[in-house]
Amino acid sequence: MEHLIIPDLDPILKRYPDPNREHLIPLLQDVQEEQGYLSKESIGVISRHLEVSPAKIYGVATFYNQFRFSPLGRYHIMVCRGTACHVKGSANVLAAICSGLKIQPGETTRDGLFSLEVVACIGACGLAPLISVNGEYHAGVTPAKIKRILNSYRKREEIHANG
Amino acid sequence: MAQININGQTFPAKADQTVLDVCEQNGIEIPTLCHIKELMPSGACRMCVVEVEGAQNLVPSCSYPATDGMVIKTHSDRALQARKTIIELLQTNHPDDCLYCVRSGSCDLQELSQDYGVRQRRFANNSPEQHLDVSSPALERDPAKCILCGKCVRVCEEVMGVSAIDFAGRGSNATVSTPFNVGLNVSSCISCGQCISVCPTGALRESSSLKPVTNALKDPEKTVVVQHAPAVSVSLAEEFGLKPGLDVNGLLVAALRRLGFKYVFDTSFSADLTIMEEASELVHRVQNNGALPMFTSCSPGWIKYMEQSHPDMLDHLSSCKSPQQMMGALIKNVFAESYSLNPKDIYSVSVMPCTAKKFEAQRPEMGDGTGPDIDSVLTTRELARLIRAHGIAFDKLKPEVADTPFGERSGAGKIFGSSGGVIEAALRTAHYLITGTELNDPNLKMLRGSEGIREAVVDVQGLPVGVAVVSGVKHAEQLIQEVRDGRKDLHFIEVMTCPGGCINGGGQPLHHDPVRVKARAAALYKIDEGAPVRVSHANPEIQELYAEYLGEPLGEKSHHLLHTHYSARETQF
Ligand code: SF4
Ligand code: SF4
Ligand code: SF4
Ligand code: FES
Ligand code: FES
Repeated sequence: MEHLIIPDLDPILKRYPDPNREHLIPLLQDVQEEQGYLSKESIGVISRHLEVSPAKIYGVATFYNQFRFSPLGRYHIMVCRGTACHVKGSANVLAAICSGLKIQPGETTRDGLFSLEVVACIGACGLAPLISVNGEYHAGVTPAKIKRILNSYRKREEIHANG
Repeated sequence: MAQININGQTFPAKADQTVLDVCEQNGIEIPTLCHIKELMPSGACRMCVVEVEGAQNLVPSCSYPATDGMVIKTHSDRALQARKTIIELLQTNHPDDCLYCVRSGSCDLQELSQDYGVRQRRFANNSPEQHLDVSSPALERDPAKCILCGKCVRVCEEVMGVSAIDFAGRGSNATVSTPFNVGLNVSSCISCGQCISVCPTGALRESSSLKPVTNALKDPEKTVVVQHAPAVSVSLAEEFGLKPGLDVNGLLVAALRRLGFKYVFDTSFSADLTIMEEASELVHRVQNNGALPMFTSCSPGWIKYMEQSHPDMLDHLSSCKSPQQMMGALIKNVFAESYSLNPKDIYSVSVMPCTAKKFEAQRPEMGDGTGPDIDSVLTTRELARLIRAHGIAFDKLKPEVADTPFGERSGAGKIFGSSGGVIEAALRTAHYLITGTELNDPNLKMLRGSEGIREAVVDVQGLPVGVAVVSGVKHAEQLIQEVRDGRKDLHFIEVMTCPGGCINGGGQPLHHDPVRVKARAAALYKIDEGAPVRVSHANPEIQELYAEYLGEPLGEKSHHLLHTHYSARETQF
């Protein structure tokens, strides 16, 4: 899934010409915006540019929830973990998705189909607990419903693949 | 001078001392978990808290400056309770694994739990499952036992200049990790094992070779041969509670025989051989416009460092194999031939102060295609475990001598174990090769010491030879840049990965203690001073080996057995 070529980050790096550690976070944000996630290769390039070790960069990036380390899946699931959703059982919903897809938030399934992200209140608390898949909302979800929802996207993908 | 009062007694304190410094100086022990003596305090663990009169909160003594008039209680109820709570919290995420743990008996967390009377688990362990990383041939990482003290991270970055690992994640998800949690084998880790030496728990440890070695010792088909590195005989004593710096060479040989090793050889012998080849290579490079300066090549962490960080400078590395690997090649070829043994029936073990030697032994070039020259590498610590497991009362043994033909060494071969020792040994021989005479004084004291970089110009019959010693791979970076920028006055540079050299290797008795390391170095130089033969080229067994088998240094046989090559190495990081 991951591209092994060295990503062309030159246009972004040009915005931060001097190797100053303070540029690390804005630089990571720009790269994620451009590429959707932070690849190993990107972190390698940034490391050489800023003269900061990849281990340190990875450490900083994992400190913040906003960074991803795998590309988005074709279906990107956002699970609301805001207060209202929490009260209505979003923790179980999240657990059901994690075990159903065998990934953790921030990760992408091996087949590249699904990726998962945890977000704060989406602003539709009346429909709690709430998830969104590529922008489609599913309201009042339960662990049981999760199975069906995931399967419906899998089916959609099959139909798509078969033409 | 400032005066501070600790537990009712008054002590003087120097300007830059911390409360912990003053306590240590005066025999008051305060537990620490995150503090590393030579580095700036990090204040991460708060294990070292003490009560300061007038201060509202307990203060961490490792980072708190000692100022005039301070009144301190190190073991007040409040301080003790705070420490106990910290221990209980650390145990929350820790497995109850002591019975099976390699660090049981030498673990700071275990010891503190005992000292502070923690007798039950206060909080249930609900830490997420963590994966053991066994990808490296040299060391294992067991995050489940990590208490996040950060010492390994700091040693790897600040002492070694490698930064293979760092903190990742946050809060209850924090771990110490390689980037993307890749295996150490594909990371920039150079296998030095310095992180193991500072880790207070069993979270970092060498990859153990005790099983395969024990199996080989039991196998009647195998002739099991062992070599021991110069630094081992001056360090092993510490594992048995004997004085740091005591040379137990004879006991070591005796113990190895008791364990069932059929032949015991001394790596200092092949260090002499390395000197013959390396000094000749230096002379050859000088006379034939080869790449200069030449860097030594006996420290495998340094080799990996060059392969991954400076692949364009690999021609500056001496092509000599390390003493371990030279001995390995001799055993499976010369020794096998003269004892009419099939190399496949020989199991060759080495005892090393170093974890990176495990990495070196499994490099594909280090064998003749049918198998590795060295089958297993044990660290000094592993050997001590083996001796204990076999019920050998080490200090009651009678000294024995090593076997021939690879058992005799010069003093030069022995000082290989200390930073500066390789270059000192090589210069003694290079002087002889160039001038036909010995150095007036074989003691090149200006090359000894513990500074990160030491330089000298040695006069070889009017020819100024510029040499440098790098103690700790981090310091090599500066010289590499200078050479890149056109510095020309240096001919020969010794680099040892670990600060202080092999005597401070990552496989040595635990507890990072500069005093012990000094004692080990002093022991090596003392052995050299008292040695009947102090230069490699005068070692009679070396002369015999060249006369009967190898021919001459850099000759065809040497080239085949004793030299190697390097290649650029892609790490994922
Ligand atoms: S690391 Fe220490 S406390 Fe943990 S299991 Fe090992 S010996 Fe016990
Ligand atoms: S073995 Fe050395 S290089 Fe590897 S992680 Fe430990 S300190 Fe760093
Ligand atoms: S691995 Fe050891 S040294 Fe490193 S943070 Fe964990 S406990 Fe500390
Ligand atoms: S808390 Fe989930 S939508 Fe507001
Ligand atoms: S030893 Fe002082 S804070 Fe850790």
